[in-house]
Amino acid sequence: MIISIASGKGGTGKTTVATNLAVSVSGPVQLLDCDVEEPNAHLFLRPTIEETKTITTPVPEIDLEKCNQCKKCMEICRFKAIAVIGDTVLTFPELCHGCGGCLAVCPEGAITEKGRDLGVLEVGAMNGVSFIHGRLRVGEAMSPPLIRAVRECSRAGGLTLIDAPPGTSCPVIAAMKDTDFVLLVTEPTPFGLHDLKLAVEAVKILDIPMGLVINRADIGDDAVRAYAQAEGLPILMEIPFDRQIAESYSRGEMFTLAMPEWKDRFRALAENIQTLAEKGAGEK
Amino acid sequence: MKELVILSGKGGTGKTSLTASFAVLADGCLLCDADVDAADLHLLMQPDIRKRTDFQGGGVAVIDPQRCTGCGTCIDYCRWAAIGPDFVVDEIGCEGCGVCVDFCPEQAIDFPIKTCGQWFISDTRCGPMVHARLGIAEENSGKLVALVRQQARQLAEERGLDMILTDGPPGVGCPVIASVGGATSALIVTEPTVSGIHDMARAIELCRFFKVPVMICINKFDLNVDNSATIEQMARDGGLPIVGRVPFDAAFTRAMVQGKTLLEFDGDGSAGEQLRRVWAAIMCTPAMMAE
Repeated sequence: MIISIASGKGGTGKTTVATNLAVSVSGPVQLLDCDVEEPNAHLFLRPTIEETKTITTPVPEIDLEKCNQCKKCMEICRFKAIAVIGDTVLTFPELCHGCGGCLAVCPEGAITEKGRDLGVLEVGAMNGVSFIHGRLRVGEAMSPPLIRAVRECSRAGGLTLIDAPPGTSCPVIAAMKDTDFVLLVTEPTPFGLHDLKLAVEAVKILDIPMGLVINRADIGDDAVRAYAQAEGLPILMEIPFDRQIAESYSRGEMFTLAMPEWKDRFRALAENIQTLAEKGAGEK
Repeated sequence: MKELVILSGKGGTGKTSLTASFAVLADGCLLCDADVDAADLHLLMQPDIRKRTDFQGGGVAVIDPQRCTGCGTCIDYCRWAAIGPDFVVDEIGCEGCGVCVDFCPEQAIDFPIKTCGQWFISDTRCGPMVHARLGIAEENSGKLVALVRQQARQLAEERGLDMILTDGPPGVGCPVIASVGGATSALIVTEPTVSGIHDMARAIELCRFFKVPVMICINKFDLNVDNSATIEQMARDGGLPIVGRVPFDAAFTRAMVQGKTLLEFDGDGSAGEQLRRVWAAIMCTPAMMAE
């Protein structure tokens, strides 16, 4: 089963939930940190990294000897990543999405592909938790291909937890797509509610069963709970605002280690999700 | 004209709460919400929308079943696996590259331009505001951010305002890159947690990459004073001004619940006092003082 942990708003506690869940469940588990712009799960899990690889995306390289400036590559490129000016061809690798259109259309066979560095993928483990994350190269704009690379690197079977990036656009979709359940972590504040609604709409488009964790449950107001009830969204866990939890987070510690009674709650959360995911899959 | 962009790397450090408070303190400014993906600034500023405009993103492939012969050429060319065996395009998976459109031997694929959001020009109690809403699950957030910033500049010029406050998105990817380029300075709002520090370091690196001067503000600094000291040391080592330390204060949340900025809700409290100092320090940094 694959559970993605998402939120809409940043800083609601996705990584807290993902890491504590990973160390609480029994059986094989892998944690994929797909927030490749700002990966944080490793700061808490502190895995030993066993393998590092550079992930690239294909970009065109033009052989000017073979090129006859027919401009077909420039015409097919919807991302304005190739410009033919006089008898030279300029490429703008940072604009290229790697669709391969130019390569396919070139009648002279003058285009080959090389890789543009997107960032690195690191694989490791800690106390039986398998760990994979991506780290986007600073200055690189495109995170979805790196997110997909992290997901492709995971093995099937057992429980897979995906720590998703914030927002509701392409990077989050790449992290949540084809998962069995989305656990949305929110906080009961106007910002939390507003962004939760957006995230719920995104999950509905993907047609994946979902449930909520309300973090810092005793701050703010009751509007998130009222919304959850109106939408029929199950509230699967509430984590109070607790100085001890906030301080352990600040030090990079998973709070279930200092507060072991929470391990049982996270285990129960995983079981609950399993039931809801199976029910959701049955309904489909 | 000066533009201060507020970033953080990590989400939830207080970018929007601080931006809104600065709007109260600035003596006339234009507000720009560059977090088009999960915009929240409007919840504190309650903008009166004066003008709405559709945002046209890229195209999306649509296969006409009448003309499609099922030859499979499009599936072979699609690197996003966005075309199913039934020749229906998964709109979410489609990258908008149009390669299938060009190679379809039957010319059975249309490529309509998608409206993938809206942008707004509004009035608020602190001045005009330019903001946007990217459609759910849409692409092109960087393009929309660039558009919103360009409109903000144009409007500021028209209204004779010489200060733009831009509330940026979290992360360091596409929309953040679109938020940073060409700004006068970036204020990075961080928090004294290991993740706050880790993500701040990446946001600093990004600003350096785009040659935008950085200043640092530590929010909730009393949550972990050792980590706050680490942040200050990092800032000193990097030659970055620290414009202030704001204490953890539940009044931020209470203000948010009422749709107010902290200064309007509890301006005389210790957080309010600190925010005034932070704003004064921001305006005294070399980047903001330069002509």
